[in-house]
Amino acid sequence: MRTIDVNEITKYIKEMCIEANHYLSKDMDAAMKRAADTEKAPLGKQILNQLQENLKIASEDMIPICQDTGMAVIFMEIGQEVHFEGGILEDAINEGVRQGYVDGFLRKSVVGDPIIRENTKDNTPAIIHYSIVQGEKVKIKVAPKGFGSENMSRVFMLKPSDGVEGVKNAILTAVKDAGPNACPPMVVGVGIGGTFEKCALMAKEALTREVGSHSEIPWVNDLEEEMLDKINRLGIGPGGLGGSTTALAVNINTYPTHIAGLPVGINICCHVNRHIIREV
Amino acid sequence: MDKHINAPISKEISRSLRAGDYVYITGTIYTARDAAHKRMDEALLKGEELPIDIKNQVIYYMGPSPAREGRPIGSAGPTTASRMDKYAPRLLDLGLTAMIGKGKRSKEVLEAIVRNESVYFAAVGGAGALLSKCIKASEVVAYEDLGTEAIRKLEVENFPVIVVADCEGNNLYETAIKEYQKI
Repeated sequence: MRTIDVNEITKYIKEMCIEANHYLSKDMDAAMKRAADTEKAPLGKQILNQLQENLKIASEDMIPICQDTGMAVIFMEIGQEVHFEGGILEDAINEGVRQGYVDGFLRKSVVGDPIIRENTKDNTPAIIHYSIVQGEKVKIKVAPKGFGSENMSRVFMLKPSDGVEGVKNAILTAVKDAGPNACPPMVVGVGIGGTFEKCALMAKEALTREVGSHSEIPWVNDLEEEMLDKINRLGIGPGGLGGSTTALAVNINTYPTHIAGLPVGINICCHVNRHIIREV
Repeated sequence: MDKHINAPISKEISRSLRAGDYVYITGTIYTARDAAHKRMDEALLKGEELPIDIKNQVIYYMGPSPAREGRPIGSAGPTTASRMDKYAPRLLDLGLTAMIGKGKRSKEVLEAIVRNESVYFAAVGGAGALLSKCIKASEVVAYEDLGTEAIRKLEVENFPVIVVADCEGNNLYETAIKEYQKI
């Protein structure tokens, strides 16, 4: 058994919230550079070059890449041999978010009640997903999520008879409806299978997969490539103002499902697809 | 076509802008997003005055991140405009000339733009650090308790925007996409 002080988790989360909002991960950075090189539309290319400049200013001057520094989505993979001490883990995670957003000059975008809508003023609470895995390590994934693209995300409860064609239509429908609202070029996270909530969660986690990585399941790998091509033929382009780069990646995760269903979750992310991982 | 204009923007200028124009704005503009629009709407319903005189003004749909010491503002890119669609036609009818945001607008907003000879600009979404460099001063002028959603008066210099919807009913989001669509 390994003992971890929860204060250590607070420290990690704080640093990760600040880092994620000022520097894109290497995979996203490379994808954005490639997009700026290959975009065919003159205005689209100009926008992608501005986004390159934006990333440079963000990291050099410590100004968040986007003013929507998101709701802090945190995945905790906890080895079952780990014992936490020094306080309650959930409180420690939220304390890390609070410190990161307050000390790091990040925007506080969370309201405490969805109808009364009073700002909590420290961006807490975070959205936390726990999973218990083998071993004695803790893997933390911090993925602050902006709501321009979150609002364009969808869940489709398809019928088994809709098949893979139904899945393709669902993805294209979500991307077309999102258009300029989701700040393209976007990353499309898809979850196929499971239940209503499982497909949405898979779609979210798919966004944290490396851009350029592919599923190990052959038909899923093929679907990821086919959908990226189809999306980029829609013409939406950077900023939704026309062009050949609408998406940088389509990441699809799958899970077993019920004989009666084919749930499909589509979580759209803008070009500021923030995700960083640390192992404690 | 590249154009340099000053804000506030008169109707004479707004009616001359066309979808696709690349425009640099210099002058005074105001920020307002969801919560501030809701309050302005409630004020109008009660027959009260708006906290700012919106005639010929530009509203930028934006809620900034906090400014670091010595800087006027933090990251400051556009938010999705459609969330303000419910409120925009009324403000346009009251004399607002321009809106800056990102994303599609409703039929009602597009009609109000034509009716009032106003204009809807898009700024590049997710370029908040870059756009913050064009903002030289920022001051909260109303609804301070709303934090990032308060109404701010901004002094901007060569703030880059693209005309999406103009007073002739043109909509760049619809036309630009067709050019690059491949079935």
